[in-house]
Amino acid sequence: MSSALAAAATAAIPSIPRDDDGPVFRAPWEAHAFAMALSLHERGVFTWPEWAAALADEIKRAQAAGDPDTGETYYLHWLATLEGLVARKGVASMETLHRYRDAWDHAADRTPHGKPIELRDEDFKA
Amino acid sequence: MSQDHDDHHHHDHDHSELSETELRVRALETILTEKGYVEPAALDAIIQAYETKIGPHNGARVVAKAWSDPAFKTALLEDGSKAIGSLGHVSRVGDHLVVVENTPERHNMVVCTLCSCYPWEMLGLPPVWYKAAPYRSRAVKDPRGVLADFGVALPKDIEIRVWDSTAETRFLVLPMRPAGTEGWSEEQLAELVTRDSMIGTGFPKTPGAPS
Repeated sequence: MSSALAAAATAAIPSIPRDDDGPVFRAPWEAHAFAMALSLHERGVFTWPEWAAALADEIKRAQAAGDPDTGETYYLHWLATLEGLVARKGVASMETLHRYRDAWDHAADRTPHGKPIELRDEDFKA
Repeated sequence: MSQDHDDHHHHDHDHSELSETELRVRALETILTEKGYVEPAALDAIIQAYETKIGPHNGARVVAKAWSDPAFKTALLEDGSKAIGSLGHVSRVGDHLVVVENTPERHNMVVCTLCSCYPWEMLGLPPVWYKAAPYRSRAVKDPRGVLADFGVALPKDIEIRVWDSTAETRFLVLPMRPAGTEGWSEEQLAELVTRDSMIGTGFPKTPGAPS
């Protein structure tokens, strides 16, 4: 089922890096970013044409700011597109995104290596 | 191990670190999950589908080169991170990647009993079982039993060494080159190298066997 979702995404977004079997990722977080976009699309938060336009804008913006566009940064643009759309659609504001980002940073700092990093209430108060 | 942590309380690597990008991804994932836009199980299912696709199979290329080039193999076993860095095509490996060689006398197997440290730059995403508590705990106590579960039967006279990853050091197994591959190119050889053979829970494919 998830592969059918992924196939729909790769058909709609021709720029997704892929091989014969489907999308390829350079790091685990890239797969997470990819999967989140699939889920949000599935929930009707955006259409693929909408996503493609937002991603193209993001890439254009990055290139104007000097991104070498070698493909290595593709999922950074993907992530920025996700954040932008999530904010624009009223799912979560940029302030909220920053607050959670800082909380995760705090959680990582207080977690000894070897323990799973978990977010707690205290991380938001730091 | 907890003793160890106390001793190195102020060491840089003693706490967990997430890159700026990973922090943003986690923030987004947490919010979307809390608001019900994303089901963690559904997300996992999508990610699992690609677990073998992440990373450009760097590990297989490194192993194939070590099989073909004795000087590279020597350098690799001396300093894994440095030798792999010299190839130039791997964007980043940990500072301390140690390569351990399988021989007719000794089989190596990698585990992290603390968490699931894993050289994903070399091997792609860790398989689910690698992160599972039963694998982690049993691998140290009963490596032969765990290997048997993977269908890897080793003669009794072969020593099994289990390497426990730490915050600073991660391990990659250099499997033995399969027989019948004389004269093969590095590209052909790399095709035989499986992920499991580089964790030590499997062997490389044998020439001619259906993949």
